[in-house]
Amino acid sequence: MSGKLYLGTRKALIEVERGSKGWRITRPSFSGVQVPMLLPDARDGMLYAAVEHGHFGTKFHASGDGGATWEERASPMYPPKPDDAPDVMCPMRSKPVPWSLEKIWSLEAGGKAEPGVLWCGTIPGGLFKSTDSGASWSLVESLWNNPARAKWFGGGYDWPGIHSVCVDPRDHRRVLVAVSCGGVWETPDGGATWACHGEGIVNDYMPPELASDPVTQDPHRIAWCQAAPDTIWMQHHNGIFRSNDGGKVWERFTNGNPSVFGFAVAVHPTDPAKAWFVPGIKDEQRVPTEGALCVMRTRDGGKTFEPCRKGLPQEHAYHLVYRHCLDVSGDGRTLAFGSTTGSVWISEDGGDSWERISAELPPVYCVRFA
Amino acid sequence: MPTVEFTPNLARQTMIRPCRVDGATVAEALRAVFEELPALRGYVLDDQGAVRTHVVIFADGTSVRDRKQLSDPLRPDSEVFVMQALSGG
Repeated sequence: MSGKLYLGTRKALIEVERGSKGWRITRPSFSGVQVPMLLPDARDGMLYAAVEHGHFGTKFHASGDGGATWEERASPMYPPKPDDAPDVMCPMRSKPVPWSLEKIWSLEAGGKAEPGVLWCGTIPGGLFKSTDSGASWSLVESLWNNPARAKWFGGGYDWPGIHSVCVDPRDHRRVLVAVSCGGVWETPDGGATWACHGEGIVNDYMPPELASDPVTQDPHRIAWCQAAPDTIWMQHHNGIFRSNDGGKVWERFTNGNPSVFGFAVAVHPTDPAKAWFVPGIKDEQRVPTEGALCVMRTRDGGKTFEPCRKGLPQEHAYHLVYRHCLDVSGDGRTLAFGSTTGSVWISEDGGDSWERISAELPPVYCVRFA
Repeated sequence: MPTVEFTPNLARQTMIRPCRVDGATVAEALRAVFEELPALRGYVLDDQGAVRTHVVIFADGTSVRDRKQLSDPLRPDSEVFVMQALSGG
């Protein structure tokens, strides 16, 4: 079982550790500053944090001692916009999509055989790659310059963003990214070429003739089973989907209990039939169903979904759980999630029961086990 | 030589100090400052070289007009202040 958990919040990066008396908050870093994303890198023990200052922009920091000390490294920078590069217009608002970093929205380690490689997804839609542990970054121009990017639009934030990056544990050159709103994209060659997949994904927010267009989809979050990465679960704006062929074809599930709306998804590290979600009333409300918070679990590949409620508030609850705020550790039994109203819960029995670690935290943006 | 000073709030994030530098424009003066303090650049300017949305630069008591190119002229005795803009919530 992992004994350390990191939270990225509106006001700090917060470390939670399991000691003899259970899980306790042990240390804040970057007090007062937003930490929208963090990455504990299992390959070498490094801890990375995106630090977003309200006035002074987004910075990137690294710690080699689990957060005791930090050093600033390079932040992803969009290269100067060429004079002859046309503006890409947001199709929803007919405004030019910015050519400048707005937010770091995803951070993932490269493959085990490529130490120092990091991937970073951003708003307004640029994917960055570092080969030197964040000392420098390069914009993946093959995706940024893809003509289909003109169909991307904002979801959650004003501009489109890459929130999920999945590096295939069998072949690190194969990477999937998911975009809100821009669908699921795959590179087989380390980022040289890209294709958008998504047969079977359907949305309810576009005109009917565009509802099945893979590029107009809003996958809120995708996660695959580390031991069986052909199975990918998706929490989509309009429900839950799963692919068993690496992301090309997707099956829709409408049997969520209590609902199929949500943002986060976590998948068991070795059993692709087990996945967890945090459901709520769909998009116009985004609150727990009937004010009762639950984590929703499937253990049979989506045949059934069950709400897990023990230890969670069952009345007058307004907790919303963002897409990066649910994680499962490598043991497949220890889970954690955090809410916009500053509560964090941990389960050590696969979701059967939950313990609240704190109800006093800032809004939670990211939850990750070390 | 113009002087360039920074909001003390930046000191918590990165190294700053008042600088006396050559420069006929705000851009030239800041370029000289960033040669001395390279980590400071990304806190003041965005990745396209424009003044960050929530940063404001005053030159001799007037906020700079050209927030993209920073072409506002300076006198040899100009005083430049880099501050947090009172914007947002």
